[in-house]
Amino acid sequence: MTFGGWIEIFLVLALVVGAAWPLGAFIAKVFDGQRSFLSPIAGPLERVFYRLSGVDPRKEQSWLCYALSMVVFSAVCFLTLYALQRFQNVLPFNPDGRDAIAPDLAFNTAISFITNANWQAYAGETTMSHFTQMAGLTTNNFLDTAIAMALALGLTRGLTRSETDTIGNFWVDMTRATLYVLLPFSILLALIFISLGIPQTLHGSFAATTLEGARQTIAIGPVASQEAIKLLGTNGGGFFDANSAHPFENPNAWSNLLECWSQLVLPVAFVFAFGRMVGDAREGRSLLTVMAFIFLISLTILYRAEANGNPLLTALGVESSAGNLEGKDVRFGQASAALFAVATTGTGTGAANATFDSMTPIGGLSPLFNLLLGCIAPGGVGTGLISILLLAVLTVFLAGLMVGRTPEYLGKKIEAREIKFVMLSLLLTPVLMLGFAAIAANLKISLDSLGNAGPHGFTEILYAYASTASDNGSAFAGLSANTPWFNTTTGIVMLLGRIASVIPIMAIAGSLAKKKKARPSAGTFPTHGLLFISLLLGVALIVTLLQFFPVVTLGPLAEHVLMEAGRTF
Amino acid sequence: MLAQLRPAIVMIVLFTILTGLAYPLAITAIAQLVLSHKANGSLIERDGAIIGSSLIGQNFTSDRYFHGRPSATSAPDPADATKTVDAPYNAANSGGSNLGPTSQKLVDRVTASIEADFSAGRVPAFEADAVTTSASGLDPHISPENAQAQVPTVARTRKLSEARVRGLVNAATEHRFAGIIGEPRVNVLRLNLALDTLR
Repeated sequence: MTFGGWIEIFLVLALVVGAAWPLGAFIAKVFDGQRSFLSPIAGPLERVFYRLSGVDPRKEQSWLCYALSMVVFSAVCFLTLYALQRFQNVLPFNPDGRDAIAPDLAFNTAISFITNANWQAYAGETTMSHFTQMAGLTTNNFLDTAIAMALALGLTRGLTRSETDTIGNFWVDMTRATLYVLLPFSILLALIFISLGIPQTLHGSFAATTLEGARQTIAIGPVASQEAIKLLGTNGGGFFDANSAHPFENPNAWSNLLECWSQLVLPVAFVFAFGRMVGDAREGRSLLTVMAFIFLISLTILYRAEANGNPLLTALGVESSAGNLEGKDVRFGQASAALFAVATTGTGTGAANATFDSMTPIGGLSPLFNLLLGCIAPGGVGTGLISILLLAVLTVFLAGLMVGRTPEYLGKKIEAREIKFVMLSLLLTPVLMLGFAAIAANLKISLDSLGNAGPHGFTEILYAYASTASDNGSAFAGLSANTPWFNTTTGIVMLLGRIASVIPIMAIAGSLAKKKKARPSAGTFPTHGLLFISLLLGVALIVTLLQFFPVVTLGPLAEHVLMEAGRTF
Repeated sequence: MLAQLRPAIVMIVLFTILTGLAYPLAITAIAQLVLSHKANGSLIERDGAIIGSSLIGQNFTSDRYFHGRPSATSAPDPADATKTVDAPYNAANSGGSNLGPTSQKLVDRVTASIEADFSAGRVPAFEADAVTTSASGLDPHISPENAQAQVPTVARTRKLSEARVRGLVNAATEHRFAGIIGEPRVNVLRLNLALDTLR
């Protein structure tokens, strides 16, 4: 670790918070239906969308109707994306003549891009046509983020309203999310990316004759437009297989810092927007403090482990001052590789500018730790806010049990019904992660896909299901995941992982909206301040991590001890 | 259910047109008009022929040139399409080795690369970037230390003085911005192009 490295990291984090604060105010305004500087352009477009689709923007929906709209819309997105891939060979913008995608891979990819997981069992530059990348994958990068934003808004309205049956209109929230937030900022970001060297062309790959006279085929395409929403929407699905490590996706240190910034800015802005919407900025800030704390723990662990290098290579005489460079590109270095890895797993992005599979055991444990926590530091756009709110509700419930009072969160009584749904959502993800990892670790059909032997191989499997259940999408990519077994099971896990959040959260939103908002009294447990922050942090770390300690021991911890002892596999 | 179907279908059509076609195509149009060199992949041409991209590394095997980092990219086996063969710096199929820290293959590969240097009479490379593969397999850069270590071999093969070659390396070395942003690095393709212009 170097002083300069930490300065670089804190510079990015300061710019995130600095931009997220006004952006949070803007988001709160947009979803309240107020006019903003974008209204002259986005307003007329918005009204055309409502008229053509027969949506009455003033008509609000019950939680069930809101959730149903979301499910039906996701199903339609799934079907169109599946069809686009299956027929890409006859569709336009296919300069490199890509074949139709196999059914199991098309299924997996379609699920992956409607759930914001962006797990990629395919290599973009050898598999997808430009049309699929644009009309299929880029579109769904916008829409699944808009869906996640709508979900967070629904839950927030459940907390802010009282004695009502409605929590907003899904179609309105989703449309505004895209037209006022995601699209304008993506346009801006894409243009900056191009000026930093990211390509944007409709041409297919081109051939070069290298200095030594060999032929080099270089894949290229409309990269920048996809890169922008990939990061801004915390999606993470790269144009190329190497994702943000590819020089065309991330050409230099500046693009790298901007990519780290753009993954973090909207999730953080959403937490600020939450503070505004509930009418108390302290509520948002205390959630953010917990997120920041987890982020910095994770970052310090990863940066330190990677900067120390791999002792097995140091023993061969390899210089260790540059740290572990297997799976890292020279232009990034350890500090910004660590920042990227934590930003991408602390959010729901799952992009990568270094291969997690080649990180040291403790370095690789850090992204895994973020996934097992459910990506809450600061989480995906919208989904991060939701996940931390679930933990906050659980925290006030546990605090209530300790002092024997009915727990309240933001003036809403938290009762058995809400806690049941919270637990349903919080327990389904570990069941998916651990259950499928346990089955896969015992089947030859999945063990054949391993890229590494020993405890590291087990970590590859665990990581695959942790990443898909939390809808993150990053990977220990040595695992050959494009097999019918992994395509099918990770597809199911991504879908259940998303449903685990949609249905219970909408139910909680609905039941909270019905309740009266109680005025704070002397006995009310304040949900800001140091006591609440420490309790929430404790709940996040203790309640969720205790369930994973055994598997982490079998994977990264065992590998670390064996590596220190000089064992190889 | 049916009430949701109409907005769902109309919305996916409208958003596909707006965010999946209009947005990327408009960005492409602007990029091609204003920033066409970068938008087309920062190509390097020499005598009218495309040599490569300044952002993408190339495979160098001759001692006349500075070598980039080892690359783990592969290509389909021409003899059997279900298998792959090693194809360093294959810019049509990016990717890293994904070898874990305790992988015997990793240790063997690093050992072999150090031994190969010894037996070829080169100064063995002990810099971390000289024996490890990048995440993309297309890393265009090496560390300045790695470049300096290769100077004697290149100078001897080209019958140039070490001082001249070292001067080129120093000129090609890019530093951190303000001492903070980025890493010290040398673009191998640019350095080798400059090397070819020396007489």
